[in-house]
Amino acid sequence: MKRLSSRTDIIFPIIGFLGLFLVISFMITLVLDIFLDGLSKLKDPSFYASYPSRFPDKSGILAAWVGTLLVMGGAIFWSLLIGIPAGIYLEEYASRKGIIGKIETIIELNINNLAAVPAIIYGLLALGIFVYRFNFGESILTAGLTLSLLMLPVIVVNTREAIRRIPRDIREGAYAVGATKWDTIRDHILPYSLGGILTGLIIAASRAIGETAPLITIGALTFIAFLPPSPFTSNFPFISGEKLWEVLLSPFTVLPIQIFNWVSRPQADFQINAAAAGFVLLVLTVLMNAIAYYFRQKVRRKYIW
Amino acid sequence: MSLFGNLGYKKLKNKIMLAVFFTAGFFTIFITIGIVYVLLKDTIEFFNIVSIKEFLTEKEWTPLFANQKFGIWPLVAGTFLIAGIAVIISVPLGLLIAVYLSEYAPHSVREIVKPIIEFLEAIPTVVYGYFTLLFVTPLLQKIVPDLEAFNSLAPGIVLGFMILPYTASMAEDAMKGVPQRIREASYALGGTKFRTAVSIVIPAAISGIIAGFILGASRAIGETMVVAVAAGMYPNLTLDPRVPVQTMTGYIVQVALGDLPFGSIEYLSIFAVGLALFIIAFVFNSIALWLRSKIREAY
Repeated sequence: MKRLSSRTDIIFPIIGFLGLFLVISFMITLVLDIFLDGLSKLKDPSFYASYPSRFPDKSGILAAWVGTLLVMGGAIFWSLLIGIPAGIYLEEYASRKGIIGKIETIIELNINNLAAVPAIIYGLLALGIFVYRFNFGESILTAGLTLSLLMLPVIVVNTREAIRRIPRDIREGAYAVGATKWDTIRDHILPYSLGGILTGLIIAASRAIGETAPLITIGALTFIAFLPPSPFTSNFPFISGEKLWEVLLSPFTVLPIQIFNWVSRPQADFQINAAAAGFVLLVLTVLMNAIAYYFRQKVRRKYIW
Repeated sequence: MSLFGNLGYKKLKNKIMLAVFFTAGFFTIFITIGIVYVLLKDTIEFFNIVSIKEFLTEKEWTPLFANQKFGIWPLVAGTFLIAGIAVIISVPLGLLIAVYLSEYAPHSVREIVKPIIEFLEAIPTVVYGYFTLLFVTPLLQKIVPDLEAFNSLAPGIVLGFMILPYTASMAEDAMKGVPQRIREASYALGGTKFRTAVSIVIPAAISGIIAGFILGASRAIGETMVVAVAAGMYPNLTLDPRVPVQTMTGYIVQVALGDLPFGSIEYLSIFAVGLALFIIAFVFNSIALWLRSKIREAY
């Protein structure tokens, strides 16, 4: 099978490769730029253990990374709480008949649309509802809820894809021996789709961890030189509900907000801090994406139906 | 007896779980209702103070000055100027890469390159903002005379790369979806690879490719941090890419950074701007979804 070849078939791949080369150099330049700019701070251990300060050389990211951990914990909890059951419903229960079927179609379309709503709109929603209606204030709780809304569509879509890969026979087998739908989901569907759901969770979290705009919109404070109170006590049961609530309602800062705060200062020294914190955030994002990628490959190999 | 009792309990549990799952699914609708409610409520209050006519015909946007004027056009212009630059950069580059990856590149290259391109979307946008302000703008200032420290050119170019996952990767997916037999038919008639790509594969995948472009544009319109950091905070009704502008998202950030008194006119104005942004994004996304549903019909 010999095909006619023309000059364009020799030239075009070269141009295409140059295009790819351009994109990859763009990315390498970006990573190198923030790494080199922030290197002097990245090497300094006290950068990771200090609060922000008026003095750039004394400033650190302690409050920011603790805040990021707490906010992300909340965001993951809320988004899983709604996202997994919603995904299971659409794949396993949806009947597509009658009035319920219409609602199901609306739910489906709605999730597709939510995925494309600009992130800052979720910030406005959170400002109007969580901050001023529920009076949660500019707190860790509000931030976690806000980011969970951004993660939700990704989690629902990935849950559905993971469930869809499980063959029909597994379900029929379970029903045949008398299992109810819920038994089947608990004993078969959830365990087999867990890998795929986790992959979706990590991808969603890697996007949410770098989100800045919605958190700025809720009015997140940028200068936080303290940590939230510890919810742990010395007596049994070692954790106090009241104090836990205090933690949830305490003000916070997160890595991306800290970076934005530093990058918008005129002093060049603060920009070194911004670069260093940006590199830390970038490393976290790369790690999460790499884990998700590895997970996905592993899950594909584990269950070959 | 106990067997049947157990069965009844099982059935009940099954019903309860159905209700739980349905509630979770139904809850997602409330998010959209919440968005629309919050945006509409405060926008209506805003229009009780500022007339819709002023909002749509006034050419200045100066809510933070003593002489307040509320014409949305400078913000819309800034938004579309930057998104336009992004699209001008991203569409040719994305299409080039998509054709290369789908028609020419060996399988191994695709497997490596696609996750890398898709990672462009995962990089935190505030990091892009830093890079734009402190690397891209100074670099461009050496080439473009009179380029100010805050401008729309640099953010536009960076956003052009940022939306490649839509313009390149989604376009490539659409082209890969074109059945191989159609290509073979073209080769059999003596078509070269390039000719086949341009006159067979691209036309066949066009709705998917354009859907990717539109989603990319929508992403550039809604993007916040790059423009908040690098485009300036100056509402400017201009098409000059060298001077500072403000986008709709940039304005929301600027107001949110200050201490906004609840219910003040500045507070209400960000919801009016937010509603306009939401409508624009909704229209773009609906067109893209509609185009994507058309591909599924084709084969």
